[in-house]
Amino acid sequence: MIKAILIFNNHGKPRVSKFYQPYSEDTRQQIIRETFHLVSKRDENVCNFLGGLLIGGSDNKLIYRHYATLYFVFCVDSSESELAILDLMQVFVETLDKCFENVCELDLISHVDKVHNILAEMVMGGMVLETNMNEIVTQIDAQNKLEKSEAGLAGAPAHRDAYIFSN
Amino acid sequence: MSTPPGSPACGLSGAPCALPIRPRAACCSPCSCTCVVFHRHVPSGLPARHALEPRPERQGLLRAQEHRLHIFSPSLFGAGSAGPVLQRVRRSPVAPALVWDLARVGQQFTAPASEDPALKYLGLLAMSKILRTHPKSVQAHKDLVLQCLDDKDESIRLRALDLLYGMVSKKNLVEIVRKLMSHVDKAEGTAYRDELLTKIIDICSQCNYQHVTNFQWYVSVLVELTQLEGTRHGHLLAAQMLDVAIRVKAIRKFAVAQMSALLDSAHLGAGGPQRNGICEVLYAAAWICGEFSEHLQEPQQTLEAMLRPKVTTLPGHIQAVYVQNVVKLYACILQQKEQAAEPEAAQDVTQLMVERLPQFVQSADLEVQERASCVLQLAKHIQKLQAKGVPVAEEVSALFAGELNPVAPKAQKKVPVPEGLDLDAWINEPPSDSESEDEKPKAIFHDEEPRHAKPRPPEAEEEELARRREARKQEQANNPFYIKSSPSPQKRYQDMPGVEHIPVVQIDLSVPLKVPGMPVSDQYVKLEEERKHRQRLEKDRRRKKKKDKDQKGRPRRHSMLHTESDEDVAPAQRVDIVTEEMPENALPSDEDDKDPNDPYRALDVDLDKPLADSEKLPVQKHRNAETTKSPEKEDVPVVEKKMKKPRKKEKKHREKERGKKEKGKEEKEGEDLDFWLSTAPLPAEAPAPEEPGVDAVIAAAKEEGEEPRGAGQGDEDGAEDAERNPEQKSSKHKKKKHKKEKEERTKDKKKPKKQQPPGEEAAEPVENGALADEPLPPMSSYCLLAENSYIKMTYDIQGSLQKDSQVTVSIVLENQSSSFLKNMELSVLDSLNTKLARPEGSSVHDGVPVPFQLPPGISNEAQFVFTIQSIVMAQKLKGTLSFIAKNDEGSTHEKLDFKLHFSCTSYLVTTPCYSDAFAKLLESGDLSMSSIKVDGINMSFQNLLAKICFHHHFSVVERVDSCASMYSRSIQGHHVCLLVKKGEKSVSVDGKCSDSTLLSNLLEEMKATLAEC
Repeated sequence: MIKAILIFNNHGKPRVSKFYQPYSEDTRQQIIRETFHLVSKRDENVCNFLGGLLIGGSDNKLIYRHYATLYFVFCVDSSESELAILDLMQVFVETLDKCFENVCELDLISHVDKVHNILAEMVMGGMVLETNMNEIVTQIDAQNKLEKSEAGLAGAPAHRDAYIFSN
Repeated sequence: MSTPPGSPACGLSGAPCALPIRPRAACCSPCSCTCVVFHRHVPSGLPARHALEPRPERQGLLRAQEHRLHIFSPSLFGAGSAGPVLQRVRRSPVAPALVWDLARVGQQFTAPASEDPALKYLGLLAMSKILRTHPKSVQAHKDLVLQCLDDKDESIRLRALDLLYGMVSKKNLVEIVRKLMSHVDKAEGTAYRDELLTKIIDICSQCNYQHVTNFQWYVSVLVELTQLEGTRHGHLLAAQMLDVAIRVKAIRKFAVAQMSALLDSAHLGAGGPQRNGICEVLYAAAWICGEFSEHLQEPQQTLEAMLRPKVTTLPGHIQAVYVQNVVKLYACILQQKEQAAEPEAAQDVTQLMVERLPQFVQSADLEVQERASCVLQLAKHIQKLQAKGVPVAEEVSALFAGELNPVAPKAQKKVPVPEGLDLDAWINEPPSDSESEDEKPKAIFHDEEPRHAKPRPPEAEEEELARRREARKQEQANNPFYIKSSPSPQKRYQDMPGVEHIPVVQIDLSVPLKVPGMPVSDQYVKLEEERKHRQRLEKDRRRKKKKDKDQKGRPRRHSMLHTESDEDVAPAQRVDIVTEEMPENALPSDEDDKDPNDPYRALDVDLDKPLADSEKLPVQKHRNAETTKSPEKEDVPVVEKKMKKPRKKEKKHREKERGKKEKGKEEKEGEDLDFWLSTAPLPAEAPAPEEPGVDAVIAAAKEEGEEPRGAGQGDEDGAEDAERNPEQKSSKHKKKKHKKEKEERTKDKKKPKKQQPPGEEAAEPVENGALADEPLPPMSSYCLLAENSYIKMTYDIQGSLQKDSQVTVSIVLENQSSSFLKNMELSVLDSLNTKLARPEGSSVHDGVPVPFQLPPGISNEAQFVFTIQSIVMAQKLKGTLSFIAKNDEGSTHEKLDFKLHFSCTSYLVTTPCYSDAFAKLLESGDLSMSSIKVDGINMSFQNLLAKICFHHHFSVVERVDSCASMYSRSIQGHHVCLLVKKGEKSVSVDGKCSDSTLLSNLLEEMKATLAEC
């Protein structure tokens, strides 16, 4: 199972964090800090896996990848396959790139809702749901369309109010 | 590694797979706790006193799950470069073949030729899964695994360490451990060092020290490991020392010498309790020195070492062991002295005890206190007896008489059931089934009534019992709620004859054990080499002799090529490991001795044995010899990283600002971001009446706490006054500054910047407006309002922060004629939404007088305040400036019509924002979103940002490469967030704002600005 998905930049600033197990806020912060500490001190040309003593238990392992200014880290337990997670990570990043053309670090902040939507399409409750990028992008597009049509309604508050009052 | 999008095989869920997608493989980590129980074994024949558990019990996992090799996800088959091999693996129907294949794959991955460290790691991981079930296939790659121990990647080293279990043999143990020890020295993190330590102990002690040929070496390795600082595994070392010293009799003398050296040396106790981990070793050292004190060379010295005051800083349980073993030592010394007929010396030792023991009596630890007071009284008593000249040594040593024997953990279970005892038989009558419920209360209350059940005649008992037992077993077998036990081990032993006691072999040493001081385990490596060499020569000689004798002279296969197998390595000392004591008549049963859950039990494999039919591998039809390529690293196409270093500039800006900051007033606001973000009106602050310099805007934005526009305000007294008296300012128009002058200043300010070398690289994100230096084109926010032959009007609109619906319009009036202009009056036609603030008492139709006159060629600025209700739309107001132009010919009354354009941008106020608060704001999800895209932009991103900052009153929150997030806030408290991204030739702006109409209007205005770039 995937325990957590963390994205932080080269300076350890968390950009996106998603936990699939209940941790207290303090523990979360500590996990992020420790993960960054572990991951950032590793060379560029070593393997993408880290086991050993982590906060979430020794059963957990970190699978990470460094993209430009961002570290994508998946914290998973021993039942996950390393290669599959690496693959998933690539799919995730490529999906991000498709959804926000030319994806960059700041997109993750600006469109934090969409990023979480994409994640929710791919991983649910720590289990991988979907790895087909086209499928994910289709779903996200549909979601965006829906959002836009709702925003159209919300964009005219006077009309909406009138509608409510008339009822 | 990327999967072709859309192909059916690329989804985890889509691919038909032979392997489970996400199997649950339980993790089996050998738990490292060893439980040591001590019983005193007295010669009277009571049961032996030790229960030593040499190997931990492992909790089992289903073997079926072991076979699930889950590291290769179906989604990857056929995708990566390892595809062909893996696909073949996947199709392979036979489990052994699969495993064999994977071992080969693991080898391919692990091979030095394999460049990708990830594949190397996975190869090792695969091997460690295979090792548990099919060790043979992994053991073949021993060299590769050993190579990986030297890898620079810690993850790979750890994986290789895991594999070492299966790699060690008598022959290479010393070599491997030496390698690990050198890693221990070099290791940077304590976590990795601890891991190494446990691994060293694990591989040495596995299978009852099967691979250790020289226990002197092992003890000195353990002693060397005590030099480790900050390890958590002191107790492991201690347990090993105890285990070895107790079970390997031959080593005791050597171990005792080592341990007394440990006790003597200062380094372990020195750190006190904070170096808790390693001082556990002293527990073992003290115990060994006490228990085997007869081997001590200088017991008196050790005794003194154990009674040092420093000892009281150790943890309580260790002190307790010290106290107890001091007595053992003491007894030993007494005996020696009395045998040597030195009563004075014996009395001296007692004196020492009596003097030093009180320090333990005062201990806070109860155990230490209790033992110490006991021992102290004993010593005092002995002192009295000694004074009378009574020999006491015999009696004192009788306290600790008896031999220590290791007892197997399963000893109790294996006690055979004596003949004739049937544990299944009922001792009492079983309650009969016929007994009905209603009879019971009767029995309780009417005791005098005759008993319902009468004792059965004894002759019927035997058959009856047997019959009932059968019936009960039948019932139990049929009862689904009854948990059936497997046939009990006792029963099995009962049937087996020929049970005998396992002999304890006595050992004699071929090597004298005299090692002065602390040993270095490395010396054993050399010794070992020499010894092997000698043995080999010996053997060769013997063989030659034999060959000479052998008349037939049959050619020997191994005579030329000397292959060393494990069997060739004879142990250095004739060391036997004392087998654990078993009860008499206990049977050594194979099934029981081997832990069925031991993941490495399959390692007990005779590699020389020919393969059984079931183990034979199917013949490979064709093999793909393709080497695995490392998957290409794909990075997200992130725009080029050209950017300037922000740090240097920041400093420069600061310096510049310090010069400008004489007004020193700016810092009053903006410290509290929440304050900025809240909708509450801000305290007094004047809208900047004049053009803020470009660099100034940037600098102001960077200095987070600073008032945004303050830094840009030049050095005019007027500005200062205006700020101090914001209330008055709106009515008083006191600017005496010429606009042209200002513009020149702005340009001057920019000059030093141009000297900065452009194009320094920095990948780090820039936060809060720290923009890179680059020559910026001069910018002015003033635009033309109206013009005729007399006068030229330019204006700028600034939102005011302290009043949430007010904007200040600064109009610069420039006299273009040779006439003297006076009595200027501005009248504006108010709209419903926008109203000019007029002096009190004046009506809507009155004009507002301009408080100055203009001589020829002079310009001056007047400020007018407008109140706005809704700011979501841009608006226009019509107005007229009337004035009297006076020259030599006389004066004329003139008029100039104009149109004031209030853009949405003019309602925005530059507000700095921390990136954290920015992220929170966006996370809240209250903002509506809109975006624009402008093509054909050639301007540098740097200038673009500066332009947006300047014209649209934004500040940069963060910048990464050619992407920046910006923030601004309207006078009515709307948050406006932008994400500006520059592509090849285009710029896209994603905006988020609490009001969607405002946002779309803002973006439209921005589009117009960007289109000019």
